[in-house]
Amino acid sequence: MTDPIVSIRGVSKKFPGGVIAVDDVNIDIAPNEFFALLGPSGCGKTTLLRMISGLETPTDGQIIIGGQDMALTPPNKRPTNMVFQSYAVFPHMTVEENVAYGLRVTGVPEDETKRRTAEALEMVKLSHLAKRKPDQMSGGQRQRVALARALVKRPKVLLLDEPLSALDAKLRDDMRMELTRLQETVGITFIIVTHDQDEALSMASRIAVIDKGAVQQIATPSELYEQPATRFVADFIGKVNLIDAKVLSKKAKAITCEAKGLGKLTFDTEKACGDTVAVAVRPEKLKISKAEPKAAGLIKVQGNVRDVAYYGDTSHIVVSIKGGPDLQVNVQNDSRTGGSGVERGQAIWVSWMPDDSLVLTE
Amino acid sequence: MAEQMKPGSGPLDYGNRLWLKILFGVIFFMLYVPIITLVAFSFNTDRRGIVWRGFTFDNYVKAWNNSSLIEAMINSLMIAFIATLIATVLGAMVALMLWRFRFPFKGAYEAFMGLPIVIPEICMGVALLLFFNETGMMTAVVAMPWPLNLSNIIIAHVAFCFPFVAIVVRSRLVGFNRQLEEASKDLGASEWQTFWKVIVPFMMPGLVAGALLAFTLSLDDFVITFFTSGPETVTFPVKVYSLVRRGVSPEINAASTVLIVITVVATVLAMKLQAPQKSGKG
Repeated sequence: MTDPIVSIRGVSKKFPGGVIAVDDVNIDIAPNEFFALLGPSGCGKTTLLRMISGLETPTDGQIIIGGQDMALTPPNKRPTNMVFQSYAVFPHMTVEENVAYGLRVTGVPEDETKRRTAEALEMVKLSHLAKRKPDQMSGGQRQRVALARALVKRPKVLLLDEPLSALDAKLRDDMRMELTRLQETVGITFIIVTHDQDEALSMASRIAVIDKGAVQQIATPSELYEQPATRFVADFIGKVNLIDAKVLSKKAKAITCEAKGLGKLTFDTEKACGDTVAVAVRPEKLKISKAEPKAAGLIKVQGNVRDVAYYGDTSHIVVSIKGGPDLQVNVQNDSRTGGSGVERGQAIWVSWMPDDSLVLTE
Repeated sequence: MAEQMKPGSGPLDYGNRLWLKILFGVIFFMLYVPIITLVAFSFNTDRRGIVWRGFTFDNYVKAWNNSSLIEAMINSLMIAFIATLIATVLGAMVALMLWRFRFPFKGAYEAFMGLPIVIPEICMGVALLLFFNETGMMTAVVAMPWPLNLSNIIIAHVAFCFPFVAIVVRSRLVGFNRQLEEASKDLGASEWQTFWKVIVPFMMPGLVAGALLAFTLSLDDFVITFFTSGPETVTFPVKVYSLVRRGVSPEINAASTVLIVITVVATVLAMKLQAPQKSGKG
């Protein structure tokens, strides 16, 4: 890995009153990455972002940007710029003045300011609205102003706090693509904070999942989905079936366990574990059949269909099994007739390849 | 009269109800007729100013030539101008402090700051008079050259004007989005630049409104001025009072009309400045 542009080392933030918002976080972010901080609301991800920008000071640890410790650098001297959740566009200035603000206050010559402002407005496709005041613009347009205003400063790192949360669904999709495109064109490291897993999965090159102030896992989107490290990550990213299991025996490279409703199972894993583990399997990896599947090596269980939800392209079938939790199975409706062909109350077999499931030890 | 006053028909169409129309008419009548009469009679030729005899500008010429009246007017404007300036700066600073910082006894401070608004003017007048007498400022200041001889009155006016400014500006600041300040700093601005380029423009409508309030309050204050002015210094309200005791003359009407015009023009200007600019296309 090349030298990280942002290095967060052992950073903690305790608020007066004893609330620990961020707890010993270590993250290295490479230049040019589109990095997402993902977690439920109140998990400390925004506090972490604000500490990178300098608007909040860590109680412990170091934040290093571009090789320099930022401990004593105030926000106005840091090579970072932020797009705020409320956009924070200055209401008394025109779009042009808003974008030029960061250059004017730092004494950039006026002709250069004009040129760079025009370029930035061009980049976010707002040139035609340069003379407007923010109160005459839509939320999406205001966000573009905030974006241009931050990018015009050519920061090493652009910080985005929930950039899509205030937009409606259609705009959100457009903006998502726009942000990815911008990141590729300008070649600046983006760090985005979001609580929306779809947003993180579809835009980011790497994601840090945060829960209760602590990093749960840092991985690429597909790793995060296919190889979640903890129960929390598996459950937070997408839908997952989690089956509690009791460990019966443990060898160097395999665990044998008694999973609720499934019986004795053996998994290849090198991870250390306690007395209980969880078997995780994504709903789309499960297969259903009326007759008992014959293929060797499958994990299979018989149950009754408790619910069928039709979503057009897919159907979500909930199967209740004896002695275990309900399992959700997502099937593609690839024939035009009959949907999933499954009815409520019907007896059915659920099966999957052992490799498609995962043992979670924590 | 009631026919001409067409109250705007609001979303609830109150303007369509007859009794409300009449009520509006009566209220406007009561409010404005005395003022309109005052203005009208400033153009009257009658010396006693009671019966309408004909149109003339003579009263304005006479008022203009009445040096003591003009002197009182200039004193009043001078006091109002300086007191407004000081009260606005002071009030804005107090508002910022109350908005921005947390400190011990903040609640008590905020309550005490508002006292000059509720204390009866007469008490404030007496208190200030005693203060100026005890400190020797009364005799010292009166001996000074103009406009320093107005200092006592200016101090007294600042004392009762600045809480109004502080309250108006503070209520404006409540609506301030702190992220604007953070954005400014994030974009490279210092505290000082952030203050002048982001916070002050945001406060501006409050500052203008507060200053306007202070100016009008100072310009027409009688009680406190009466107590704190020396025997030599006379302000316009005090002068009018002394003249009226010798009978109303159309000159006073003329001078008062000028005062009304000044105030109205100032108000309209301030409101224009305050209004959100409707620039840009569509």
